[in-house]
Amino acid sequence: MADGSDDKGSNRPKLALHVPEPRYRPGDTVDFSHIPISEPGAQPRPDEAAEAQETFPLCNDLIRVLGEDNAAHGPWDPRLDAETLRGMLREMALVRAFDNRMYRAQRQGKTSFYMKCTGEEATSVCATHALAGDDMIFPSYRQQGCLIARGYELTEMINQIYSNKADKLKGRQLPIMYCSKRLSFFSISGNLATQLPQATGFAMASASKGDSRIAATWVGEGSTAEGDFHSALTFATVYNAPVIFNVINNQWAISSFSGFAGAERATFAARAIGYGMAGLRVDGNDPLAVFAAERWAADRARANAGPTLIEHFTYRAEGHSTSDDPSAYRSAEERTEWPLGDPIMRLKNHLIQLGEWSEEQQEAMDKELDEHVRASMKQAEKNGILGHGLHHPFHTMFEDVFEELPWHLEEQAEQAIRERKIKFPEGRPE
Amino acid sequence: MTPPAETMDQERQTGEAKDAGETREMNMIEAINSALDNMLERDDDVILLGEDIGYFGGVFRCTAGLQEKYGKTRVFDTPISECGIIGVAVGMGAYGLRPVPEIQFADYIYPGLDQLISEAARLRYRSAAEFTAPMTVRSPFGGGIFGGQTHSQSPESIFTHVSGLKTVIPSTPYDAKGLLISCIEDNDPVIFFEPKRIYNGPFDGYYDKPAKSWKGFDEAQVPEGHYRIPLGKARTVREGDAMTILAYGTMVHVVESVTRSKGVNAEILDLRTLVPLDIEAIEESVRKTGRCMIVHEATRTSGFGSELSALVQERCFYHLEAPIERVTGFDTPYPHSLEWAYFPGPVRIGEAIDKLLQD
Ligand SMILES: Cc1ncc(C[n+]2csc(CCOP(=O)(O)OP(=O)(O)O)c2C)c(N)n1
Ligand SMILES: [Mg+2]
Repeated sequence: MADGSDDKGSNRPKLALHVPEPRYRPGDTVDFSHIPISEPGAQPRPDEAAEAQETFPLCNDLIRVLGEDNAAHGPWDPRLDAETLRGMLREMALVRAFDNRMYRAQRQGKTSFYMKCTGEEATSVCATHALAGDDMIFPSYRQQGCLIARGYELTEMINQIYSNKADKLKGRQLPIMYCSKRLSFFSISGNLATQLPQATGFAMASASKGDSRIAATWVGEGSTAEGDFHSALTFATVYNAPVIFNVINNQWAISSFSGFAGAERATFAARAIGYGMAGLRVDGNDPLAVFAAERWAADRARANAGPTLIEHFTYRAEGHSTSDDPSAYRSAEERTEWPLGDPIMRLKNHLIQLGEWSEEQQEAMDKELDEHVRASMKQAEKNGILGHGLHHPFHTMFEDVFEELPWHLEEQAEQAIRERKIKFPEGRPE
Repeated sequence: MTPPAETMDQERQTGEAKDAGETREMNMIEAINSALDNMLERDDDVILLGEDIGYFGGVFRCTAGLQEKYGKTRVFDTPISECGIIGVAVGMGAYGLRPVPEIQFADYIYPGLDQLISEAARLRYRSAAEFTAPMTVRSPFGGGIFGGQTHSQSPESIFTHVSGLKTVIPSTPYDAKGLLISCIEDNDPVIFFEPKRIYNGPFDGYYDKPAKSWKGFDEAQVPEGHYRIPLGKARTVREGDAMTILAYGTMVHVVESVTRSKGVNAEILDLRTLVPLDIEAIEESVRKTGRCMIVHEATRTSGFGSELSALVQERCFYHLEAPIERVTGFDTPYPHSLEWAYFPGPVRIGEAIDKLLQD
């Protein structure tokens, strides 16, 4: 300011702007020893109906169950039977196989876009297992694991990804923006964090009706910077809404590290403290810890004891999407150096340690799942791939804007159909 | 200002007002309250939420007494977060409720825009109708109450521009009730703007004359019971052949008074619903009169008048005997002390009428 710059005699210190910078950039050697990794089994487990304050120490800790010894430890061990564990392992492996195939399908030009969740499978699959089947899920875009855990047919997913004529969403949504009311899986929005107040509203509605369904929502750590996050947590605590906020801290938001959402100053779980909400911080690559935390929060919500914020501490092992090249902004070593391992490997090793699984079974399962994905792709491709004519009829473009088609949309629909006839006088398959 | 008796009778025949019980004189606030009361009573899924709307009954008293009558889980106060209010209403709609959020002033709807535009308005489309957002966002709008730039705006064209939203604006107590009921029963998200200048009485544009109340006006005779006025249907306020005037909200009354005092035999259409628009009524009238004037309080550039003007030109060009006139607020924020210099009052409207008749 003009009058400030003349103020030569002032001995006030010069201000400096801090712009966060990640520790490692492309080519750097990565050392993650600064990340505090807690002892598996060492974290206390408050009662589900405890005062929110009792959870506050856990917001700066890391709930872990599976140890280096591949055994389950401590009070957060959910004591799941081997059958359930194998089910979760299978679904996580299916998610990964699906991601790999669909990524390649995008590269082969069968669709425009895809997003993997590699390394984060537990945060959706195991969390969904901890919910009741009709609890309402308000996902972000990296929760394909929730759908797979609820048994959604892969062909339905692929039809959506290909925007083909069998796509239930009529080719209207970007690939992977699924929706399934039947599976209590809300429609995915491209606008980040909007699902958070919506999940709160659903939970409030359920509570106001004396229902027993709760809501669970997922959001990336980068997106917690949106105002919707604050609105949602405020409403959730004000009305003690039965809702679970899963913050997936995978360290990156496209090319921006978590520091741009505030991670240099506080954990994401610690956001809960300011709202007086229960908060848990969990090793997101530990399937048992994820399940246990989510079940704790679900039981809490169902007992009218209030909402919970869970930070799932994990790592986005691959690029943000098919449109992203992470080697342009982060070190490739990060993935291999990540101190919390891989959720699929950890659950596999745990099952082997229990004597309930083997490397051979794992290999056979992986093969079988890949076959299943390939067969589903073949099936879906009969309905077309993106841009090859097998889409929904033109008129559907104008439907569902409103319940009934108003005159102006009817006129525009006629125009679209007329244009099509001019372009293709011989006609083309719808 | 009272429309011809036949028009009112016609109205009541097209609506369901016949079986709507005893009629009572109500101002627009009471009529809105009555609509909410009827809907809360008829449908357990209707709930009201908003800042100060519960115990206190709203800063304009539109929800007075409703919390006491229907309980705190159906009529409740919210945190001061328009993003939160609209956002939770989307989630409540997904559950199966029919929320009626109130935004205290239209000027404060902006923090909730993303939830309205990207979510409520798009949910039916993006989910192929698996999920919908059947909410009615009520909000007082418009100036003329010395509210300054943050309590006076008319942002309707922001919403008419959004595919998937309906926009409704009443101009009388009778219409306010019937339209609000139709909005709440509608399965799509609706923006219901309440012209706050005429909450307590019609306004002829002469701000220096004593304020009138709704007492004694036919349009303030409102049935106690449930009745609908269909969305997408304009109201012929007055028949005439000299020109067609398209208006809504407060401006309907101002236009009516100016044409009367000038002795112009204008046909006045109160649009009532901007989206979906009653294009048939507009076309029919303009074809008959050959002249068209559009009046709104909102700023001019990209205002809803631009859309109306384009539509009339596209559809009635060969019937037009003069260029279409637009009378609007100026493209400035709504000033406080110079409120009446901003407002499209009798002088601005009168000048436009003269021009339209001259051409
Ligand atoms: C409101 C909004 N702003 C920006 C974007 C563009 N965008 C899409 S994903 C993304 C990063 C989100 O990162 P994060 O929340 O950490 O989720 P992650 O991708 O890591 O799962 C951005 C900026 C968007 N989709 N919506
Ligand atoms: Mg992230």
